[in-house]
Amino acid sequence: MNYNIILAGVGGQGSLSVSVVIANAAMKAGLQVKQSEVHGMSQRGGEVLANLRLSDSQIQSPTVPRGMADLVLAFEPLEALRYIPWLNKERGVVVSASQPIRNIVDYPEIDSVLAEIRHLPRFRIIDADGIAKAAGNPRAANIVLVGAAADLLPIPISALESAIDEIFARKGEAVIQANRKAFNDGKTQFGK
Amino acid sequence: MQLVLSGDEAVARGALDAGISGAFAYPGTPSTEIMEYVQDNLAAYVAGLPEAERGKIVAQWCSNEKTAYESALGASFAGARAIVSMKHVGLNVAMDPFTNSALVRINGGLVIVVADDPSMHSSQDEQDSRVLADFARVPCFEPSDQQEAYTMIRQAFGYSEQNEVPVLMRLTTRLSHARAMVQTGSPRLPAPKPKSNDPKSWILMPAMARGRWKLLLEKNAAFRRDAEAENTLQLRSTKLGVIACGLGLAYYLENETDWVAANGGASAQHSSKGSQRDGATPGEAPSLLRITRYPIGHDKIRQLAAHVEKLLVIEEGYPFVEREIRGVFGAPVPVMGKLSGEIPLEGELTPESVRLALGLPAHEELPPAGIKVPGRPPQFCQGCPHADSISALQEALAGEADFYVASDIGCYTLSALPPYRAVESCVDMGASIGMARGASCVGQKKAVAVIGDSTFYHSGMTNLLDAVSHKTTLTLLILDNSTTGMTGAQPTISPTSQLPALLQGLGVERDHIHELISLRKYQDENAAVIRSELAYEGVSVIILKRECLEYLKKARKA
Ligand code: SF4
Repeated sequence: MNYNIILAGVGGQGSLSVSVVIANAAMKAGLQVKQSEVHGMSQRGGEVLANLRLSDSQIQSPTVPRGMADLVLAFEPLEALRYIPWLNKERGVVVSASQPIRNIVDYPEIDSVLAEIRHLPRFRIIDADGIAKAAGNPRAANIVLVGAAADLLPIPISALESAIDEIFARKGEAVIQANRKAFNDGKTQFGK
Repeated sequence: MQLVLSGDEAVARGALDAGISGAFAYPGTPSTEIMEYVQDNLAAYVAGLPEAERGKIVAQWCSNEKTAYESALGASFAGARAIVSMKHVGLNVAMDPFTNSALVRINGGLVIVVADDPSMHSSQDEQDSRVLADFARVPCFEPSDQQEAYTMIRQAFGYSEQNEVPVLMRLTTRLSHARAMVQTGSPRLPAPKPKSNDPKSWILMPAMARGRWKLLLEKNAAFRRDAEAENTLQLRSTKLGVIACGLGLAYYLENETDWVAANGGASAQHSSKGSQRDGATPGEAPSLLRITRYPIGHDKIRQLAAHVEKLLVIEEGYPFVEREIRGVFGAPVPVMGKLSGEIPLEGELTPESVRLALGLPAHEELPPAGIKVPGRPPQFCQGCPHADSISALQEALAGEADFYVASDIGCYTLSALPPYRAVESCVDMGASIGMARGASCVGQKKAVAVIGDSTFYHSGMTNLLDAVSHKTTLTLLILDNSTTGMTGAQPTISPTSQLPALLQGLGVERDHIHELISLRKYQDENAAVIRSELAYEGVSVIILKRECLEYLKKARKA
């Protein structure tokens, strides 16, 4: 079993911490992981890309080959489009937040961006920001997104839940609860 | 113990487990996390040492890579194991101690870890440190994954001590910044040797240096033999011989199963999962020479070439091994790689580029989006002090026809991009001041240098001294955000409060040193000060102060 994830977002959205959550959960489930990301210049409001590969055997390339991603988890819809060539034609799913981050002058019409996602064979678009706000923690939008993709991942829900609890453990019970709710609300969006 | 570590962290863990007494570095992507890991784990490390040793362990950020290197070299002289880490272009700064320390008689193990950045994710060039190790005639170790990074650095310290030579360990971005599981071994406690008692081997005056150089050249034969013994050869298919250097191995193994299937192998069962790393799969997979050590020996390459129809060299960076194999008279079989164009000459390796070079078809892809997907370049953090400093400079220059703004290396280089487009050059650490000065010397009006505090301490001070000594007309803006921002807010070597005294000490006149607070609400006032100094014929320095937001965030957490 090999499962390849591209996490795409904009600097400051917490895409790298989501990569850690999923990787930790995968390890709890006995899988091997390889995580790759580039730091430095790219953190300053620019596009941020993390690669996460899960497998039950040794993983080689640190990056996901084009055409081989099972999941593109996009924290922003334009960033989802950037990684379409990485999606696997037969299996690849895009799970994208709907809220754009318009920090560039040539950001396209949001409707045309979302329409492009809807043209894909398999996609989920979710109002991660709205759901996170409703859950009482606007900063948990990234965890809503994990919830929205949870049933696609080769990882038991319980492992994801405990990985989320652990990463927020230092921030106190209220933050843990808000993130649990964010995760669950994301999950139930797609009837799971 | 099983840990999940990035390549940088694996190196740092390995260095601690090898019993280092000193770690020295200057931050630089993708090498920064080596020192960060050592510092984060230092307290626990020191607590595990005998009482008497505890006061003798350090992990320090230094002014620049050269000073860091020289500290590590001194630690080696004194008998302790030391690591010095930097990014590839940092080795240029440390080149003087690096090449010359190859000649001395290394005492405590000395390992230089250099992280190259092919594809220039966060750098201004993609130079290959293997070439510089070769230039200095020192051994170079290049791990292929995180586990090897851990194991190899431990070996590197031993090798350095046995051979009395510095060892360079080369990483590349995707190894430095990828995490994988690493099995650690039992730590070796620091066991410093007595101080070197052999001045003849450490004083590189010509008569003594000649003898040391001769010895180093002789040792190179041994380095080559040892590398040959470590680089492993598996003779399998005769169709293709793959030479995989460092991380190149991972990209090869990623595609190995498909190559076997495409080349008539009935072998999916033995060669699946790419686990041939230990243990051969005879028969179908390409013959494979793994290179993790340099300078390379030649016997295994000859054996491989005699066995196969053609060779493919997979290496990050320059076609370093490929060029050595080709030589002047050509190889006995065709050699594919970066020089022949099967793998692009520029940029990092990718699983795709290696796949194509192996003669496999690209994986099928969905068509790209039907609308243009604009790039999203990095930007200043919202509220970054540099944005306000640059705006003040632009206001001061408004209406001027002839000026030159030289920038340096740091977050403020982002002011080269829209909407600012405020600077005209950015070349290397400290260059802003030297370039503005040189331009001014030959008649450029209103020469301005923009530099951050950390970069100023790194390589700006000597340029400023040149300007003061020669009374060059120059306006220097030091954007003092109290930190090295771009690499994630590491502390600078000297506090903000000391800067005016330092400038005065360098000979800048007190009346032409200004300390301003960089805030939007002071923009007009700040611009007025800059404007008046632009009219001054001499050296003026304007310090624009306000803390980096990342630095404040980190300080709040601590
Ligand atoms: S990291 Fe600091 S210096 Fe760099 S852009 Fe952000 S606030 Fe500015």
